[in-house]
Order: sequence, then C-alpha cells, then structure tokens
Amino acid sequence: MRILAMIKRVFREMLRDKRTLALMFIAPLFILSLVYFLFQGNATTTASLATRGVDRTLVTAVKNKHIELHSVSETASPTKVIREHNYAGMITQDGHHLTVTLANTDQSKTAIIKQGLQAAQVKLQMQAAHTTVQKQALALKQMSAALRQATGAPAPKASRPVPLATYHTHFDYLYGSDDSTFFDTLLPIMTGFVVFFFVFLISGIALLRERTTGTLYRLLATPVKRGEIVAGYLIGYGTFAFIQTLLVVLFTIYVFKVQILGSVGLILLINVLLAVVALTLGLLISTFAASEFQMIQFIPIVAIPQIFFAGIIPISSLPHWLQPVSYIMPLYYGASGMSAVVQKGATFVDVLPNMGVLLLFAIVFLVLNLITMRRYRQV
Amino acid sequence: MGDVIKVSHLQQGYGKTIVLKEINLTLQAGDILGLIGPSGAGKTTLISTIMGMLRPQKGTVTVLDTTMPNRELLGRIGYMAQTDALYGDLTAMENLQFFGQMQGMAKAKLAERIQYAAGIVNLQSALGKYVKAYSGGMKRRLSLAIALLADPEILILDEPTVGIDPELRQQIWHELHRLAKNGKTILLTTHVMEDAEQSSYLMMIREGEAIAQGTPAALIEQYQVTSVEAAFLQAGRDQDAHSRND
Repeated sequence: MRILAMIKRVFREMLRDKRTLALMFIAPLFILSLVYFLFQGNATTTASLATRGVDRTLVTAVKNKHIELHSVSETASPTKVIREHNYAGMITQDGHHLTVTLANTDQSKTAIIKQGLQAAQVKLQMQAAHTTVQKQALALKQMSAALRQATGAPAPKASRPVPLATYHTHFDYLYGSDDSTFFDTLLPIMTGFVVFFFVFLISGIALLRERTTGTLYRLLATPVKRGEIVAGYLIGYGTFAFIQTLLVVLFTIYVFKVQILGSVGLILLINVLLAVVALTLGLLISTFAASEFQMIQFIPIVAIPQIFFAGIIPISSLPHWLQPVSYIMPLYYGASGMSAVVQKGATFVDVLPNMGVLLLFAIVFLVLNLITMRRYRQV
Repeated sequence: MGDVIKVSHLQQGYGKTIVLKEINLTLQAGDILGLIGPSGAGKTTLISTIMGMLRPQKGTVTVLDTTMPNRELLGRIGYMAQTDALYGDLTAMENLQFFGQMQGMAKAKLAERIQYAAGIVNLQSALGKYVKAYSGGMKRRLSLAIALLADPEILILDEPTVGIDPELRQQIWHELHRLAKNGKTILLTTHVMEDAEQSSYLMMIREGEAIAQGTPAALIEQYQVTSVEAAFLQAGRDQDAHSRND
C-alpha cells in the first residue's frame, strides 16, 4: 500500500519532468549513435610519406593503399618538409643508407609507415631471391646445353624453373565477420555504461532532492518503514531504468544491426541488474552529497573509472597491480557478461557468475542505504 | 488515562555536543504546549526526540504509554515540519493524498479528511494547483493541513504560524482550541508571543535548558511582570545571573 503510493508519486514526478525524461531516454541513444559513427571509419587511415632520392624499386615496393607517396626534390631538411606539408613521414636515401623521419603525431600512421617499410624490404628480398634462382636456372640450362653439344647425348627433359609459391588466404571468423569494427567490441561496454550512468545520476539526484527539501525527513515522521521507502524508489525508478534499457538494447539491435549471438532476453536481464546496482549506488552516494553540485562531483570518482575497467582496454593488458581494481567495478561484470552474450553466444549459465556478483553489489548497497537512513530516524 | 506525553530527565545531543539537558515535561489530553525560546535553543531537537526520530541520550520519553522511539506510534501523531517538506511537482491534492497514504489512512476516510483539512487552512480552491506555484504562506498552510489530515491524537507543529496572516492565524487558533477541547494534545514551537499567550502551558527553552514552565498566567505572576514576553526576558536574565554565580 505505502510502497504503491511511493511508486505512484515517483511516476508522477518523473512524467511531469520532461527534461529528465528526455535525458533518460534520448541522451543514451544520442551517445551510442555518436560512438557508432566515430568507430565506423575502420581501415581508411592513410599516411602521407615523402621520398627524396630513394631507389625506384624501393618506392614501388613501399607503395600500398595505406601509404600515399610524394616525391620531393626540395633540399630542405626532412623536419622542415614534414612540417611544411603536414606529411606523416619522409624517407631520404644516401647511398645504402635510408633515413626515415616520422612526424609521430599520430601513432597509427607511424605504425603504417613502419609496417610498409618492413613489407617492402621483405618484398625486395624475395624478388632478389627469385631473380637469383632464375639466373641460376638459366645458367644451368646453358651449361647442360653446352654439355650436350659436347657429348652428343640426348637432351634430358628440361626441368622448368619452379614458380615461386603464392598463397591465397581466406579468413574464417569464430566470432563476428570481416566487417566487425571496434564498435562491436565497444557496444556492450557502452550500452552498460550509458544505462549505469544515467540511472545512477537520476536516482541519486532524486533522493538527494528529497533529502535537501526535507521531504525525506517528513516521510520518516510517518509510520513508513525505511525498507518501504527504498523499495518504492527501487521499483519506481527501476521501471524507468528498465524502459531505458529496453530502448537502448532494441536501438542497438535494429538501428545499428549489431549481430547478437546469444539471447536478447539475457542482455536485457544483465542490463536490468546493472541498472539496479546503479540505482542503489546512486541512492547511497546521495547520502554523502549535500547538494546537486556535490552529487555531480561523484561522477569522476564513481562513474568514469568504471568505463576504463569494463574491457575497453583488455584487462589482461593492464598493469598487474591495477588488474584487481576491475573486480570491484560493477560495470566490469555487466559489460563482460554482455560481451560474452553478444559476441560468443554465452548462455544463462555461462553468465550466471556475472549476474550473481551484480546482485550481490545491489544487496550490499541496499543494506547500506537502509543503515544510512537511520541518520534521519533511529527506528 | 495516563499522561499523553511524559519526558523525564531528558538529555539530548549530537555526538559530544549536548543540546538539551534535564528536561522534564508532562502533558495531558487537551493541553496546548507552547515551546518558546530563541532559535538554536533546542526546540526542534526536543520535538524530534518526542516524536522518536532521535533516541534520548539520557532519560526517557513516553508518548501514549509507549516508550519512544516507536515507529508505529508515528501514525497517531500529526507533524508539521519547520521547513515546508512538500513535493513541488505534485498538486496540493496529490501531496495530501500521498502523505495521507503514508500515514496509513484508508481511501474513503482520506477523501473526506482532505476536504476538512483544506477547509481549516482555506485552501479548498487551490487544491488543484502545483505546489511549486504556491506562495510561502500557502505552503505553510498546506503543511498544517497535512498534519491535521489523519485526525491524530497528538499534533506536533514546528513554527506553524510563520508567514500566515493575522486573520488566518486567528482561524487556525480557533481550530486548535476546538481540537484541544475534544481531547487532542498539541505541542507547538513559536517565536511569536501572541501564540505563546494562546497556549495553555508554556515551556521556555534557552541554551538547552528549560528556564521556566507553567501556564501563561502563572509565569506572569511568578516573574511579577505584565506579559509573557516580559516573563521570558526576565527568565533569561535570571539564567544569565545564575550561570555567572556558578
């Protein structure tokens, strides 16, 4: 009865606050769309490389679709040339000595040039080997012809020069396809984060407002149980969080056409659990804030670090001492669970541990909420 | 029937700071207690302790034969806070409904009592308005209506008359006297001497001590002055003189 009244009130307040509604339902889609477009440009990076006095064979060998070559004749120093034309790098040749100067402002371009040069060297070596083999074969042929003339023996069946082996590579993918982009990896993390962030913020500020206007104290001056207040909040804001999650997940499936190998229901379930954790954490954190501004100050402490430990950077590539930090981040469990479902088709049982940990987080935060509310009423 | 509110040897504070010391108070049904004293004297702390929001550090508080704090007993107390604790995004009607449900009222009774409570504070015509559009005085009146809503045996009003015009103040006092006559017990804090004079019993609190208590007439006689205000000032001077002698 009281819980129902609490829920009804939360609904009314939310539905009348159009800006907050928009923030909750439109902002996440906006952010996800931005991320989508940001990571669409998959492999189109090209590096411009200037050459001066470099052997033509080398230049042709270096040429590939990621490297744009510019032959320059100016005598200025490479640094000056790079600066002037905004090249990614420049090669100069002095006898057998090659000097490569790199701008190194964009490390991906630096990598492209380095790879290009390495590939060119391999190519040239192979060509050299090939010509040597051909020359030797020719010499051999001439020798055997001369020998035959001298001995009058019948010509042995001429051995054809062995053609250089070329391979055709075909890629098979265990997960995803050859048009998978970084976005596919990022998506579960971003979805989780967006849900977590907005639910955390909105529920936290809602309870904070209740504290600062004195309505929480007034509420506690009625026979309501603290648990009923928290439950009302949980169900009231939880409903909005659920709708938000549903919207975000459907949006990613139907608009971004992200292929989900596992079940959509499971993704929803993980997201809802994540939302509940965010909700209870938001309510708890609001205890330590005296104003909306102070609530915002918790974002860089509570919300932002989560995203770094959620798998954007693979956990195994983090410094060893930093890796355990992931295990106290709710988003890590949510995002890794979702990634497993989206990319590997994990089942309910596979992600059960992740969901269990999320549930544990929610319970701990709930209990802490009930305890901190004792500050207002001691029974 | 026993005492409605009984406070004995109460000491209250937050952590190590002591806000109230050695408070003794007994109220019967029909009493109107006026708590007067400068701001920061500990009036609100005393109210919170009587309601059971705070556990007494020392001493006991008994309300309706129940030792406080007790959550369920809050259903029999009507409370009006010092700050208007209202939901601005809801209408006055929705605020009344919400707090009525929290107080544990049945739906049919609630609808009937809303009309009554809104009538007392002259808000019937403004019930459909959003509270954020209310003036300060209107918010105060709505807070009072919420306190009256559940027809509680005890009314605890923290500064009920701030921002209320003289005519309405008179009307409210008329209602409070009527409720007291019907056996309700009322406890209110105030800065306003007119309110103090309307109370049947007064307690003056200063620096956490009850410096004087009794009926207004008895206090005026005790300090040999002509008004409650003068009695309060004299009691304060006596307290200062006393503490200097210590």
